[in-house]
Amino acid sequence: MKLLIILILALIGGQSLFAQEIEELSFEELNKRIRSDNETEVLVVNFWATWCKPCVKELPYFDSLQAHYPTKKVKVVLVSLDIEAEAAKKYRERKNIQSEVVYLDEVDHNAWIDRISSDWSGAIPATLFVDNSGQEQFHEGELSDEALFSQVNQILNLK
Amino acid sequence: MKTLVLTILFALSLSLGSFTPSSDGYEVGDYATNFDLKNVDGNMVSLSDYEDAEGFIVVFTCNECPYAKLYQDRVSELNEKYESKGFPVIAINPNDPERSPADRYENMQARAEEKDYTFPYLVDETQEITRAYGATNTPHVYILDKEGKDKFRVAYIGAIDNNYKDAEKADKHYVQEVVDALLNGQEVPLTKTKAIGCTIKWSNA
Repeated sequence: MKLLIILILALIGGQSLFAQEIEELSFEELNKRIRSDNETEVLVVNFWATWCKPCVKELPYFDSLQAHYPTKKVKVVLVSLDIEAEAAKKYRERKNIQSEVVYLDEVDHNAWIDRISSDWSGAIPATLFVDNSGQEQFHEGELSDEALFSQVNQILNLK
Repeated sequence: MKTLVLTILFALSLSLGSFTPSSDGYEVGDYATNFDLKNVDGNMVSLSDYEDAEGFIVVFTCNECPYAKLYQDRVSELNEKYESKGFPVIAINPNDPERSPADRYENMQARAEEKDYTFPYLVDETQEITRAYGATNTPHVYILDKEGKDKFRVAYIGAIDNNYKDAEKADKHYVQEVVDALLNGQEVPLTKTKAIGCTIKWSNA
């Protein structure tokens, strides 16, 4: 019996060693997640790709956000625009990214870019901040860690 | 107290200010500047070299960006289809080679040779033309309608088509539709689209 339990535990433990698949979302699905979340105080949605140098440079700042605000409801979603989901999956494993990573499974970018922000040219990185009242702020281009934290602080302090 | 509130509001407005994107560059309907840029063959290329052109398909593109690579054959096909009709492709590499070594001149030459580019692939060394046009990513297309000597009206800004992964599956061929409309004297169906691409690597200098 004891052996069986150990075996089961080993199996369960072993499972987590296997890489988890990355969720692949349509824009509609992603949009629903971004825009119907009124629990989260600050939702930070970062659009990135493994091939985009400024994106991967700023990624650790985003990944440290949630841990930085343990008492606040801050949530980070890293939306990969890689050509294949596999690239994002491997990158997440290699860099041990803790934040939620999703893959946007869309080929017609023109159909959805404006729905994130009409100010967005389409270049990445780009980040959308949404607070729990649905207020949104959009930033195109790289963010320094100072700029990112001050933006989140600001949204939190506004309440 | 009032001063404090004002100060806070002012600070806020400053930091929010950085969230307003710049709107530099051309809009559809503007007249685009001519240029004189170095081609991969060493010669300078200017829009006024093309006396018989009806217009141009100017593509800001580069060597390194995966999106640009996915589109490079489609750019070649555009030139094959439209150069003889009076709408040649002119590719401009906007990236600072210091920041993006894959976009160095010799690497551009290698790509043009490897891919048999039938169109000029120019270097925008000072990035002045890229800035003037307002290109933000690669690939980024500007279709120019030639209205007279050195008068180039911007007729379209945006993406090549609506499927970056698979040209076969694209069902909206934005650039072709615009050029066909211009060639037939029809109204341009869609003058502006957006496309994900790689940010232009601006010089830090």
